[in-house]
Amino acid sequence: MPLVVPMNTVDTIIAPATPPGEGGVAIVRISGADALSALLCYFTPTTTVLPLESHRLYYGLLRDPSGCVIDEVMAVHMLAPHTYTREDVVEIQCHGGHQVVKSILDLYRAYGLRLAGPGEFTFRAYMNGRLDLSQAEAVASLIHSKTDSSRRLALAQIDGALSREIYSFTAILKQVLILVEAWIDFPEEDLPAEDVEEISTSITQAISKIQIITGSYGFGRVLTEGASILLIGQPNAGKSSLLNALLGEERAIVTAIPGTTRDLLEEGLVINGVPVRLIDTAGLCESVDPVEVEGIRRAEKSLSQTDLVLWVVDANRESTAGDDYIYSRLSSLPTFQVFTKIDICGDPDSSNPGNFPQYRVSSKTGDGLEGLRDAISDFLVGGGGALTESVMLTEQRHYEALLLCLGSLERASGSLAVDASLEFLALDLREALGSLGQISGETVTEDILDGIFSGFCIGK
Amino acid sequence: MGGYDKDYQVIVVGAGHAGCEAALASARMGCSTLLLTIGLDTVAQMSCNPSIGGLAKGHLVHEIDALGGEMGLNIDATGIQFRRLNTRKGPAVRAARAQADRMAYSARMKNVIEAEPLLDLKQGLVEELLVEKGRIVGVKIREGLAFYGKTVVLTTGTFMRGLIHVGLNHFAGGRAGEPSAEGISGSLSALGLRVGRLKTGTPARLSARSIDFSKLEKQPGDKLIKPFSFMTEKITRKQVDCYIAETNEMTHQIIRNNLNKSPLFAGVIEGIGPRYCPSIEDKVVRFPDKKSHQSFLEPEGIVGSEMYPSGLSTSLPPDVQLAYFRSMVGFERVEIMRPGYAIEYDFVEPLQLKATLETRVVAGLFHAGQINGTSGYEEAAGQGILAGINAARQCQDREPVIIGRDEGYLGVMVDDLITQPTTDPYRMFTSRSEYRLLLREDNADQRLTELGREVGLVSDVRWKMFQEKQEQVDAATQILKTKSVTSADRTAVNLLNLGELKSGLSLESLLRRPELSLKQLEDICPELGAFSPQALEQVEIAVKYEGYIKRQLEQVERYRLQEDINMPGDIDYDEIPSLSTEVREKLKKTLPISLGQAGRIQGVTPAAIAVIQIYLRKKHHV
Ligand SMILES: Cc1cc2nc3c(=O)[nH]c(=O)nc-3n(C[C@H](O)[C@H](O)[C@H](O)COP(=O)(O)OP(=O)(O)OC[C@H]3O[C@@H](n4cnc5c(N)ncnc54)[C@H](O)[C@@H]3O)c2cc1C
Ligand SMILES: Nc1nc2c(ncn2[C@@H]2O[C@H](COP(=O)(O)OP(=O)(O)OP(=O)(O)O)[C@@H](O)[C@H]2O)c(=O)[nH]1
Ligand SMILES: [Mg+2]
Repeated sequence: MPLVVPMNTVDTIIAPATPPGEGGVAIVRISGADALSALLCYFTPTTTVLPLESHRLYYGLLRDPSGCVIDEVMAVHMLAPHTYTREDVVEIQCHGGHQVVKSILDLYRAYGLRLAGPGEFTFRAYMNGRLDLSQAEAVASLIHSKTDSSRRLALAQIDGALSREIYSFTAILKQVLILVEAWIDFPEEDLPAEDVEEISTSITQAISKIQIITGSYGFGRVLTEGASILLIGQPNAGKSSLLNALLGEERAIVTAIPGTTRDLLEEGLVINGVPVRLIDTAGLCESVDPVEVEGIRRAEKSLSQTDLVLWVVDANRESTAGDDYIYSRLSSLPTFQVFTKIDICGDPDSSNPGNFPQYRVSSKTGDGLEGLRDAISDFLVGGGGALTESVMLTEQRHYEALLLCLGSLERASGSLAVDASLEFLALDLREALGSLGQISGETVTEDILDGIFSGFCIGK
Repeated sequence: MGGYDKDYQVIVVGAGHAGCEAALASARMGCSTLLLTIGLDTVAQMSCNPSIGGLAKGHLVHEIDALGGEMGLNIDATGIQFRRLNTRKGPAVRAARAQADRMAYSARMKNVIEAEPLLDLKQGLVEELLVEKGRIVGVKIREGLAFYGKTVVLTTGTFMRGLIHVGLNHFAGGRAGEPSAEGISGSLSALGLRVGRLKTGTPARLSARSIDFSKLEKQPGDKLIKPFSFMTEKITRKQVDCYIAETNEMTHQIIRNNLNKSPLFAGVIEGIGPRYCPSIEDKVVRFPDKKSHQSFLEPEGIVGSEMYPSGLSTSLPPDVQLAYFRSMVGFERVEIMRPGYAIEYDFVEPLQLKATLETRVVAGLFHAGQINGTSGYEEAAGQGILAGINAARQCQDREPVIIGRDEGYLGVMVDDLITQPTTDPYRMFTSRSEYRLLLREDNADQRLTELGREVGLVSDVRWKMFQEKQEQVDAATQILKTKSVTSADRTAVNLLNLGELKSGLSLESLLRRPELSLKQLEDICPELGAFSPQALEQVEIAVKYEGYIKRQLEQVERYRLQEDINMPGDIDYDEIPSLSTEVREKLKKTLPISLGQAGRIQGVTPAAIAVIQIYLRKKHHV
């Protein structure tokens, strides 16, 4: 099934060009006709005005479509033919954390670039006549070895539990497709009645299973939109101060008067490579002031949609009377309890009804902020750790394949919802299975036919 | 040995469904053609089910017709019950199916062949292929006469070393009552072609007189018949009903008790049978929980008494067949007229074919139909017309004709045959096509009639009708795009139940709404009434399914990236660096014509494809 885009010299491709060691500098390379427009879409140089000159390095910010800064980067664009691939090339030098690189790849995947196959830049260089003929063999074996090693790594990467998961929903989807194809191709056989309900259930089931997996990879929505982090606490607890401290600039108004913040205030930033949206709220209490009441209502409303709650508690508070009220609102949401103002006093009442992780910080001195940052990024992307280039690449591929699969399944769900004819559903299911096949290496057509003939008594 | 004194350009061996299309195509393209067959009374004989079409098969018939073939016209002229399948599904998977008057079908095809000026139809059983220096030069028949020709198309069906099994008895035969062809497969093996063995089967034919139809459910055909052929205006033949019968526990018990008498279960049969067409004993064994199996009871003609009970093919002995039939409701006193049987036959591995259906080993020798490991009349006819076209093109020194997977099921079939190993008889299913939404019955003419015209198979009349249809499609599309409805058009708004319209809406955007049909738009735009229903159907499908069609077209574009890179004929795979030995061997065996086709060969990895691409650039500047 030619669902996978073959190596070619037509579209614009992207891939990391360096192994991104933590802390170092990584290079992401783009090659193809759309390279420059892709760069300009998200990159703003800090000093110079456009147009950018070819072969010159510019310093600036790379932002996602919502304006959140992904990273500060150095970027260069090089016009064809004086480039490695003899196509227009862009290189973006960013911070080496794998999360940053992933965010950039994600950004451009959404933009429409394709993740390059192993050795594809070199492939293009050769196809465009950049390398001399005697190098052809070297290039050929390079592509081979890269593909092989990345495949090996890919297999190693899929540990038992994960691969079992992938096989399990591949099996679910195949079963659905088998039914659908049987209904299409054998309308005169006595097959089980066309039960769209059952199919719908299976697809929904597969969608949620895949969502769990993409979630466990740590990117997904977190990396495309930024995770939302809600600051909640009693008036004057130090929420706005904590927001400012994490941002490194004075955004929110801070005063000694309780009830200063009256509405939601959202700021984007990157914590250890993970884009997040910090949301400051009005202090939660039982108030009568109509403006404050509305602010509280809004704070509570956004609670349900948040990825992480920071429950800000003044370590020097006189009484814990207000805590219960807040705790009752948090119930089972993912929450960190953050004690502030530890520069003033050291010994908070740290009763912990929700068994939340606890952190102690001072927005004034910066004590404890580093630990809080790490905890936040760890929580959002689940560990991570140092990964080698190839693993990251294949991992990105898996992720991409799963996202494509999800997209197809969501369309399939949509088709079912509007009662579309089965062949349209089949188109999406095939795409979904094709995407999974990029991970598992399985193909579809014969399996489906086998499934039909072994599962149903067909034959007139 | 005597030689016939006329030299042919194309000699077709076998007047089955493949052979008839092949011979007609080459003769119509201007080549002097000989059609040799074992018996002149069995031209285009339906060996099994007296029906044409169904899912994917109906699609094939439409494609054959669009190219200028005969099958569509033949079934339209001799069909006695037409039923469109999947009418409640989308346009891509609706398909035509018809019961044929078996004798009439065969007789008409014979007449058409006899009337074709450049085509000679002769009786003769070919025993030997005549080859000189790797090129076919003719064939020799049993009677000792040799016929010479530039090209030969072999379409021997189930006849090569055919072995018929009825119970544990077996005897040589190509079809019940007909001799087998013993000589040719030896001739082919000697030339270096790999020959394998497959199996198929057919049910008994029952006497209508002995069936109590009052106990069976009647199944009438469609009232409003949509013919197969682009050229057929109306079906005129008298139509008949089919019936539905069912097996029961008793039937299954009789079968189970007699399994030891089945050659299949006794291990006497070595050929592999089709997965999609198991015998009744197979079904009973593999699906023990199924209490009853359905059988459509199909008349084999308007006159005559033979009835075909579908789904009950068997190789059990005749007495067991009779016993299990008589256990079925309505069949209590049934008489068998011809017993069912299984047949084993030789096929030639199609991996050894080029995309033109010419064998790699012998220049000028083409294979089509069941000999290529396929099964089914439509599959055979489809290969027949392609082989006939390409044999003729070779005689005329013209470029071969190859249909892409994105252009037709014909293309899917040939590509599958020459790249995928045969595991059981190949039958077409719509699920074999990646671009199913594009390969519809309704647009077969748009996909292939131009090609048919170019090769010389499409008559002036058909060509003119086709062009008129295309013009109508364009004109109607234009109207939909330019005409619009605004709130001011009260009658239109009311007729279509549009409610409030903020701004004017083109008819095209109205048609996109699932609840509106083109028929309804005709009410408010009478101009549309002037177009033919066929043209309007195309317009409606293009608008209604635009999104899906666009997606498939994008997939086609990706497919074309590699499909359009030709592999030069003289490519030396040993010269390409770093291909694994396995991949190298596979490529040498298959000799793909395009990079895309190379990629579909099992075991050829994307990395290997990239390497070949680089090599091609270096060597041939592709
Ligand atoms: C018992 C049986 C059961 C079948 N069941 C099914 C089924 O369930 N479903 C299905 O789709 N298909 C079935 N078929 C297959 C179907 O009949 C064939 O696929 C189709 O007819 C093939 O067309 P063809 O043109 O390749 O060969 P055929 O229709 O078999 O025609 C071959 C022709 O070649 C002639 N011929 C052969 N050898 C020579 C020679 N050496 N010299 C001269 N003439 C020769 C024969 O006389 C015959 O006219 C069955 C066939 C048989 C025999
Ligand atoms: N010493 C010290 N003072 C702090 C710290 N954090 C906040 N404060 C002070 O506490 C007061 C309240 O801080 P805010 O950040 O405005 O508190 P808030 O939770 O946003 O309050 P509301 O918006 O009114 O709900 C201010 O006077 C801050 O200067 C800290 O870490 N150390
Ligand atoms: Mg505040």
